[in-house]
Amino acid sequence: MRSIVNRRVRLAGISLSTVAALALTACGGAKVESSDAADSGDCGTFTIAINPWVGYEANAAVIAHVAETELGCTVVKKDLKEEIAWQGFGTGQVDAIVENWGHDDLKKKYIEDQKTAVDAGSTGVEGVIGWYVPPWMAEEYPDITDWNNLNKYASLFETTESGGKGQLLDGDPSFVTNDEALVKNLELDYKVVYAGSEPALIQAFRQAEKEKKPVLGYFYDPQWFLSEVELVKVNLPEYQEGCDADPEKVACDYPVYDLDKIVSKSFADANGPAYQLVNNFTWTNEDQNLVARYIAQDNMSPEEAAKKWVEANKDKVEAWLPQS
Amino acid sequence: MATTTMTNSSARTTPRRRINKPLAVAGVLVFWLVAWTLLRGQDMLVLPRATLTDLHHWLNDVNDSVGASRNSSPIFLYFFNEIRAVMDALVTFVQGLIAQPAYGRPVPVLGWLGVIALVSYASWAFANWRVALLAAGGFTLFGLQGLWQESMDTLALTLVAVLVSLLFGIPLGILAGLSDRFHRLITPVLDLMQTMPTFVYLAPLTLVFLIGPASATIATLIYAMPPAIRITAHGIRSVPAPPVEATDSFGATRRQRLTKALLPLSKRTIVLGVNQTIMAALAMVTVAALIDAPGLGKTVIKALQTTDVGTAFNAGVAIVVMAIVLDRVTTAASVRAEQGDSTNPRTRRMLLAGFGLLAAVCSYLSYTYLWAAEFPAGVRLGEHLSQGATAVTTWAQNNLSDLTGAVKDGVTIGLLNPLEALLTESPWWLMGAVIVALAALIGNLRAAAVAAVCVGLLVGSGLWHASMVTLAMTLVATMLVVTLGVVVGVWMGRSNRADRVIRPVLDAGQTMPAFVYLIPFVALFSVSRFTAIFAGVVYAAPVAIKIVADGVRAIPQSTVEAATAAGSNNWQTITKVQLPMARQSLTLATNQGLIYVLSMVVIGGLVGAGALGYDVVAGFSQGQLYGKGLAAGVAIVVLGIMLDRIARAAAQRSDRAPAATHT
Repeated sequence: MRSIVNRRVRLAGISLSTVAALALTACGGAKVESSDAADSGDCGTFTIAINPWVGYEANAAVIAHVAETELGCTVVKKDLKEEIAWQGFGTGQVDAIVENWGHDDLKKKYIEDQKTAVDAGSTGVEGVIGWYVPPWMAEEYPDITDWNNLNKYASLFETTESGGKGQLLDGDPSFVTNDEALVKNLELDYKVVYAGSEPALIQAFRQAEKEKKPVLGYFYDPQWFLSEVELVKVNLPEYQEGCDADPEKVACDYPVYDLDKIVSKSFADANGPAYQLVNNFTWTNEDQNLVARYIAQDNMSPEEAAKKWVEANKDKVEAWLPQS
Repeated sequence: MATTTMTNSSARTTPRRRINKPLAVAGVLVFWLVAWTLLRGQDMLVLPRATLTDLHHWLNDVNDSVGASRNSSPIFLYFFNEIRAVMDALVTFVQGLIAQPAYGRPVPVLGWLGVIALVSYASWAFANWRVALLAAGGFTLFGLQGLWQESMDTLALTLVAVLVSLLFGIPLGILAGLSDRFHRLITPVLDLMQTMPTFVYLAPLTLVFLIGPASATIATLIYAMPPAIRITAHGIRSVPAPPVEATDSFGATRRQRLTKALLPLSKRTIVLGVNQTIMAALAMVTVAALIDAPGLGKTVIKALQTTDVGTAFNAGVAIVVMAIVLDRVTTAASVRAEQGDSTNPRTRRMLLAGFGLLAAVCSYLSYTYLWAAEFPAGVRLGEHLSQGATAVTTWAQNNLSDLTGAVKDGVTIGLLNPLEALLTESPWWLMGAVIVALAALIGNLRAAAVAAVCVGLLVGSGLWHASMVTLAMTLVATMLVVTLGVVVGVWMGRSNRADRVIRPVLDAGQTMPAFVYLIPFVALFSVSRFTAIFAGVVYAAPVAIKIVADGVRAIPQSTVEAATAAGSNNWQTITKVQLPMARQSLTLATNQGLIYVLSMVVIGGLVGAGALGYDVVAGFSQGQLYGKGLAAGVAIVVLGIMLDRIARAAAQRSDRAPAATHT
């Protein structure tokens, strides 16, 4: 017992002297310098909500990069789902949402009723929602892309989940879907099964293409996954203005969404350089897909991806900057 | 042997009950089947996905009016905003200490060297050498994984949530331990806090407490506080009477009785409560990231967006390691609290001072020098880990998906679909009557009354059909959990070696965030209800297994030896002695397994379970579905309470039967 105790004490002594020696030798190392307060020109702090999908992140990363390097803003990014980001306009915690898919209900609530948000124009990106099949199916059954033929192939899509009918896989709960009404009103022999998340949906399509299994599902463009597997869209009856007015009676395809930007009222009224940048920002589906691919497939951080794109597209960026 | 005497004697004490009950249950089931074939498809109360009931609209309106009153209502101005300010300040302070650049410095106050030194020192001082080494190793691993800052952010948020939980939880627990009335009052509130899916209250929280650390911390502590309250109350309640009476006989005041007798004697149980609170807080890391909580959860969620399983796994490992380190340290501390320390006090004081100085020097170094402040980036263990995980999942997807697909089809077609058809296609009034009748038969009248109220609430929520789909999945998952619990639990209970190997796996199953394994599971079992069931089993089975193993181990060695000496083979020893004697643990394992399965319903909604889980997720994602999501959350809680009360009543009854043998 005694000797153990002695050994412990000695051990402590040894380690102490080691550390003391270490401390002395380490004194040559680089010291922590206190950083100066950021000199944030007249831009100040600019808060962007980051909604959870890669295309959004591409928009946000490029805007943030330009705001930081060209305008000297301090950019704060907050990871939030759409609804919560819209809530943030009223409390001054979010300045901008930089890719909004429709959301007429939120527009009514926050732009018209609460008057805490305003529209800041199109991003130039077009959003397409619809039903898709993996490319091998479009090749093997060329007429499957016409909805009139879907019933012919219904048995192909049967799974343990679809109760003897064909399975229509619905995905991300964030998006509005008319699919149950569509199946009913187009008299399709299908049952809607809810995957419940985007990763589950992507994984289902990925595996379907790899193992040549049939899947019919809800998807959207632009989405980085489409550059990995080029899903083929099934044509539903063409969209006409107002054909989706009554959610119960919808029997037409989804409209093409003009993806836009939404900013907080106070941010817009202040009309600072960051607001002008957001307001001027516009690019194309190809631009966004490129940056999204850098992030999702080339494993770049959003910051690196944005830097790379901005350096290669000086002329486009120039047009977004505030005209002083 | 034991079972036969039991049935004999209970048959003797309550002859009519014993003969009639199984018959009556069978009668109800047969009646149900017959009625089902005649009436199936009627009054199923199916509610289409996008359709809302008046109740759901009303809940939406309530939510909106709360948001609208944010800037005017005095409750917000003087109460919620104050809470928020205090919470934000606390978290930001701890983040500034260990995680984020602060006080005009480009790095936190304490760098990696200081944090590791202090954590090891505290682990040693409060527990022992072994866990101190474990802590040092675990924290070094975070750095090697390239996740130092994320881990410290998570630690900061967890520490604050746990601190606040204990600050309120322990006094409330003491109160609940002393007063029966308060105990009865608070129990349903705790049930609600633990079973209400977090997704339901994330959005309202950000409405009330704004986006920021305050909301994330409060979301965490809603889930983490109940164990502290429950276990503290349990500790106070189970203090044996004699020492308390002794204190009383010396004329102690109430206060003295508490501080001199009750608290010291329940110290160890209270530390266990601290432990469970920490575990619960860590379970919230990924979900809180959905409202911008800093830390490892964000890494997991981001990786999921690009279906990058490897990166998500890497961050998941860090969460598991943090949980295991904190668990082992607090457990060792509770043992120490009970057994005391054998070292000579003088030596210990010297060691305390010596190592304290050492930790202080390390802290100073990490405050002053860059090399000790920022973790060196040389080793890239994280990349290896994620590449390894990706390789393993890819291999499994390519080689096992036929097999796993067959398993999925088998269970779904053979078990799940028939059960679901029976539950969902019965008219609601028939189904409700069957539930109440079964509750009365296998439980008691009180359970039947609770079941009747629950059936009413489910119908009222407008989500009866979805609830029945969820119930079918929950029952199948619980069955699998209990089976696994018995098989693996008995194995672990009988073999120390099996226990040592399996226990860390179980810890990982309990603490690895479900978001990490969702994609591989979808790859193996495709988007289906079975995938949801499987995820539930992965999360719930460890608890059941641990409880059964502990139960089997608690059986006196002499009893088992006697059976072996009497010529029982292994199988007979297990089925005739060990399982019957561990029956209470089996009941507890079933109960806990069920609750854990229910807590995964929402995660199941993310991989194809549909039903209530999907409704909750959709309610979180889309404003106009909020009310429906809230109703679905309540339906999950109601299902949980209903099953729990029936199971408890049934267990009480079966406990009373063997008790009759002794009297």
